[in-house]
Amino acid sequence: MIEVRGLTKRFGSKTAVDGLTFNVEPGRVTGFLGPNGAGKSTTMRLILGLDWPQAGWAKIDGYFYRDLPDPLRTVGALLEAKSVHPGRSARNHLLFLAQTQGLPARRADEMLDLVGLADVAGKRAGGFSLGMSQRLGIAAALLGDPQVLLLDEPVNGLDPEGVLWIRNLMKHLAGQGRTIFVSSHLMNEMAVTADHLIVIGRGRMIADASTSEVITRGTSTSVRVRTPDAQRLRELIAAEGGTVVAAEPGPGEPPPVNGAGLFDVTGMEAARIGEIAASASVVLHELTPVASLEEAFMELTSQTLEFGHGPGQGDAMAYPGGGYTGPADGQPGPVGLGKGGAR
Amino acid sequence: MTVTSPASPSAAPAGVPGPASQVHRIRIAGLLRAEWTKIRSVRSTLWTLILFVVITIGLTAGLTALIVANWNAPRAGGGNGHAQIVLDPVGFILGTGISLGQLTICVLGVLIMTTEYSSGVIRASLLAVPKRLPMLAAKALVFASILVVLAEIVVFCSFFVGSALLHSKVAVSLSDSGVTRAVVGAGLYLTVLGLFAMAIGGLIRHTAGAIATVIGVVLVLPILSGLLPGNWGAHIDAYLPEQAGSLVYGARPRLGQLLSPWEGFGVFCLWTLVLVVACAVLLERRDA
Repeated sequence: MIEVRGLTKRFGSKTAVDGLTFNVEPGRVTGFLGPNGAGKSTTMRLILGLDWPQAGWAKIDGYFYRDLPDPLRTVGALLEAKSVHPGRSARNHLLFLAQTQGLPARRADEMLDLVGLADVAGKRAGGFSLGMSQRLGIAAALLGDPQVLLLDEPVNGLDPEGVLWIRNLMKHLAGQGRTIFVSSHLMNEMAVTADHLIVIGRGRMIADASTSEVITRGTSTSVRVRTPDAQRLRELIAAEGGTVVAAEPGPGEPPPVNGAGLFDVTGMEAARIGEIAASASVVLHELTPVASLEEAFMELTSQTLEFGHGPGQGDAMAYPGGGYTGPADGQPGPVGLGKGGAR
Repeated sequence: MTVTSPASPSAAPAGVPGPASQVHRIRIAGLLRAEWTKIRSVRSTLWTLILFVVITIGLTAGLTALIVANWNAPRAGGGNGHAQIVLDPVGFILGTGISLGQLTICVLGVLIMTTEYSSGVIRASLLAVPKRLPMLAAKALVFASILVVLAEIVVFCSFFVGSALLHSKVAVSLSDSGVTRAVVGAGLYLTVLGLFAMAIGGLIRHTAGAIATVIGVVLVLPILSGLLPGNWGAHIDAYLPEQAGSLVYGARPRLGQLLSPWEGFGVFCLWTLVLVVACAVLLERRDA
């Protein structure tokens, strides 16, 4: 269980993480989704005590990370940035980590076997491919058999076989009741891996909901309505087949003025709502189609372009077009990650 | 080839108690072992230490032999260049080797900290030891232990080689006044110098900048401070880290020396302590 409350981190004038509050529950894979530069890695670093927040806090199983007695036995982490000395062998990297936690040296060998690096255990990590480095990072994360795992873009650089292995590994570990928190900028990847999604953009919370809910919300549009005669219009809209949802003013939006009602409508076009209001002589103060999550993502992604990310990122963020069929079921069971492993 | 299963990590390894049984206790032995693994498992350690041994003993032997062979030859610039050697033979023997040999210790001390940052392994280190300071303490202790053993062996070898070569001109032995203190002190000076460089490495966090700074402090600053005029200039000069620290490996006081050998070494230790504390404070406060 990871608890994050009001977590805020600024680098100079740039706010990387802006008042994030959420929980990551055990027993399921929680995806941490957002475009590049949204603050995912920084949030993970804050949870792991590598960076200091300006405000807020994060706890793991009720402890600040710093106060965990043997942190690697409680939390395993794979960070996006490299954290291995290029001149040190894979085995010695895991060995020194094991020694800090009082773990036996053979635990390092077991993990190298697990991720399929046993053959290159004595080789210097500087010569590893991106995929091999990623597997060494996963070996380090699993070293202490932790109940909580934080994985920052774990499938980066892995071949399709490796991607599948990671997916199944995460689901398997979550099935044992562990807490799995995995970040990605790929909606498609998260859709097939995560049970629950925390979506952020520019350091702010966009959504904290089950994966299916996020996908539903992302593919249906709603209309924001503001009117002084809310009760009457709500009834009229409901009678015409629209669904009325109570709306909270968004961040930076003014609260309702003069008791004007504010609500969202789904399943009905803005034009139709306007016609209903006109025929009943109800005054409208606002009638705005609200961007879907997908559109919100596109907008956020285009805003992050200024930080040097190339075009095409928006495509990667896009939802699978309308006909999303849910996570691919019946995937093969345990799959070896060993390069050219026996098939 | 091995076929591995995602099921494997779930099997808790035997002999590994769960987190619940781990009460707050600092695993000092484990941390020391881990830092020893880190230091021995990169090649730069071995190479710089080999260079240290070769340069320190080699330079002492080579220069001493050269001077003995040309004892009666006229010296460039005239004057009696042997006066200082006759006055303080142990200081000459040790000083020739240490003058360059100490730079390898400086480089190794800096690298031990800066490669943590340049390679990113600092993140793995701090995830394992999130309180941070125990990691720094263990690293300093392991590094100092390696240095004190190796440096003492090297300076004693250096002294025996140098004094044997110099014997026909100037006799010097460990039983002479101040000589044993000078040789032992030379090893201690090099050990503290390693920690001094390590602290600067931890403060600056970039290899090139930190090495330049340490070499500036050790080699360049004494030259500049020697040019300072007047009484206050002499005091500044005397209290600089290298100037003060190097007093401990000379048997006889230099002209106008303001500090005794152990006082000078104490000043050097204070400099180092201040830097190590600053390094610790910043390690604690900065984002990793």
